[in-house]
Amino acid sequence: MIKINGNLIEADEIKLADYLNENGYRTGRIAVECNEEIVPKSQYESFIIHSGDVVEIVSFVGGG
Amino acid sequence: MKDTFVLGGKEFDSRFILGSGKYSMELIQAAVKNAGAQIITLAVRRTNTKETENILDYIPDNVTLLPNTSGARDAKEAVRIARMSRELGCGDFVKIEIMRDSKYLLPDNAETIKATEQLANEGFVVLPYMYPDLNVARDLQNAGAAAVMPLGSPIGSNKGLATKDFIQILIDEIDLPIIVDAGIGKPSQACEAMEMGAAAIMANTAIATANDIPAMAGAFKSAIEAGRTAYLAGLGRVLERGAAASDPLTGFLRD
Amino acid sequence: MAENQFFVDSDKLSKEALEKKHRIETDPSARTNHMEYMEGMERISSDIMDKVIGQMNSYNPDEYTEADVKRALHSENCSIEDFKALLSPAAAPFLEEMAGKAKMETSKHFGNTVYIFTPLYIANYCENYCIYCGFNCYNDINRKKLSFEEIEKEMRIISESGIEEILMLTGESRSASPIEYIGEACKLAGKYFKNIGLEIYPVNSDEYRFLHECGADYITVFQETYDADKYETLHLMGHKRVWPYRFEAQERALMGGMRGVAFSALLGLADYRKDALASALHVFYLQRKYPHAEFSLSCPRLRPIINNDKINPLDVHEKELCQIICAYRIFLPYVGITVSSREEKHFRDGIVKIAATKVSAGVSTGIGDHESKYSGGEDAETGDEQFEIADDRSFDEMYKDIAGEGLQPVLNDYVYV
Repeated sequence: MIKINGNLIEADEIKLADYLNENGYRTGRIAVECNEEIVPKSQYESFIIHSGDVVEIVSFVGGG
Repeated sequence: MKDTFVLGGKEFDSRFILGSGKYSMELIQAAVKNAGAQIITLAVRRTNTKETENILDYIPDNVTLLPNTSGARDAKEAVRIARMSRELGCGDFVKIEIMRDSKYLLPDNAETIKATEQLANEGFVVLPYMYPDLNVARDLQNAGAAAVMPLGSPIGSNKGLATKDFIQILIDEIDLPIIVDAGIGKPSQACEAMEMGAAAIMANTAIATANDIPAMAGAFKSAIEAGRTAYLAGLGRVLERGAAASDPLTGFLRD
Repeated sequence: MAENQFFVDSDKLSKEALEKKHRIETDPSARTNHMEYMEGMERISSDIMDKVIGQMNSYNPDEYTEADVKRALHSENCSIEDFKALLSPAAAPFLEEMAGKAKMETSKHFGNTVYIFTPLYIANYCENYCIYCGFNCYNDINRKKLSFEEIEKEMRIISESGIEEILMLTGESRSASPIEYIGEACKLAGKYFKNIGLEIYPVNSDEYRFLHECGADYITVFQETYDADKYETLHLMGHKRVWPYRFEAQERALMGGMRGVAFSALLGLADYRKDALASALHVFYLQRKYPHAEFSLSCPRLRPIINNDKINPLDVHEKELCQIICAYRIFLPYVGITVSSREEKHFRDGIVKIAATKVSAGVSTGIGDHESKYSGGEDAETGDEQFEIADDRSFDEMYKDIAGEGLQPVLNDYVYV
């Protein structure tokens, strides 16, 4: 089980780049955190999300 | 001499920091233009859907982005959000916002000091939102803040400068830009804060809730400029009622 | 402008000593670099000096106008620019208005209280040649350093008069009055007084810490003048010649844990407006850096000394002094302002109603002569005085005079922690 933005996903491991592509994320507009550590953009291609990992994908929205 | 506002090593002509919350993306461009704003605040949120439009697409390239850490309840969460915002690739500026109170959205000063120290050490240009307390402002300065952002009144309340006297103390005592943030409901209140010597004004709700958002953005621009000009011009003296002349105090002086 | 004639030759000096004295008086190249720290002098990292001197150098008192003074008198917060206007010649016609505003600020921060203390000189040995000072090493005076028994005797006499705060002074001689000697004196003072201040040669922060642990809590260092070039021509020899080390004394004292520090220029040595500006800014900037500390300002004018009764404060008359003190009060409403017995009774009585918050009483600037002064008894060998005092009221007289003016004399408001 992998947790991405609060949603549980049935998988043992996923390549981060694949997940972002499949879900239509614009990598230039997002930041990714895995287990509270930033995943630098340069590592998206090689980064593997493992079972038990907690991932956050964020972008800018309006705010004060 | 040109009056520029220096923050985090950057020079700005505008002293109006515009919030981007609570209104549609289509209006942001017009608001930024009318406000003459060169700094705009943003929040960081989870992105779940296959979003096609992003707020960055609506913000002119020459505007400096100031991400906030809204949603953080302690220093640790604020640091996480700040790191994510930097990873979004729009610079090192961050406005620290830490709240443990969902009713009034008042900032947690103690946690804000901790987060400021951590993020300043990591090279961020840190602008902490805070309740105007002199000792806390000094601690923030020592922790490496680039400016201090005291609240005028609770966020979104449009109640103006409820903390006026305490903001004045910060302006007088702290060697950093004082940016009045939160609670500014009307252009006249922004003007008053600038007359007092505030370095800049941050406003969001007052503009977002106006009937004509771009027009209100322009009104704030004019008010902030007027207040700044008045401050630089030096306010004239207020005539008080004449002091009662009793015995002269200096009659004892010889030679 | 007239100048004081400070040089006096004693016939007790040897031919060699006289030659050396004349050489350093007349030949600047025979004197050491006054901006260079001597061996053993601690250097701290601080931007206070640059700030103060930058402001002082750019200050031109003649640029300020009546309008600037009026604005300063009517502004709620006195800015540095306002303060400069209040010190300028343009403010002279507004002295009564300044006094009114100063009185209001004083009563807001201090009510109607006036603090009374007394100085106790425990030694007058000095290694320095400061040409205006009675203790200078070439001046022919009786030298004395009190033994611990003598110090205690003096303290007993003073404390029996009712005084609770003491300011202990020495001449500036580390060899004659070492830190350990001063520390012991502080411990003795703790038996008789509630608050102990020191006015001694500047020392390093660890030495201030030691003295604090011995019971001292307030350090007074007079910069004499903030004009370093003028300073060089007045302090011709000795450790005191090093101007920056002296400037940083208060900051080192605060680093060493002292609760409060006092400042002053000796008015009449140089441009008094610039010196007053620098003294107050020295307080202003240190207060911002050490907001927990207590600060006070003194405002002494030059006085005659033994063997030179012609020394005077030149252009700093009572009116100018009053203007300076009022400007201090308006700019720094929270600081203590001390007016010493260098001033006459009528001035001290008048100024405590406006701005001064601290006066000395029962003063002797000599060494070991309190018995004769306090009770008419005979003192044994005494040491000569640093300068001539102008107000010799006893503690009792001062207390009665202050109370008689409707003011409240205070002997102590303080807890040592």
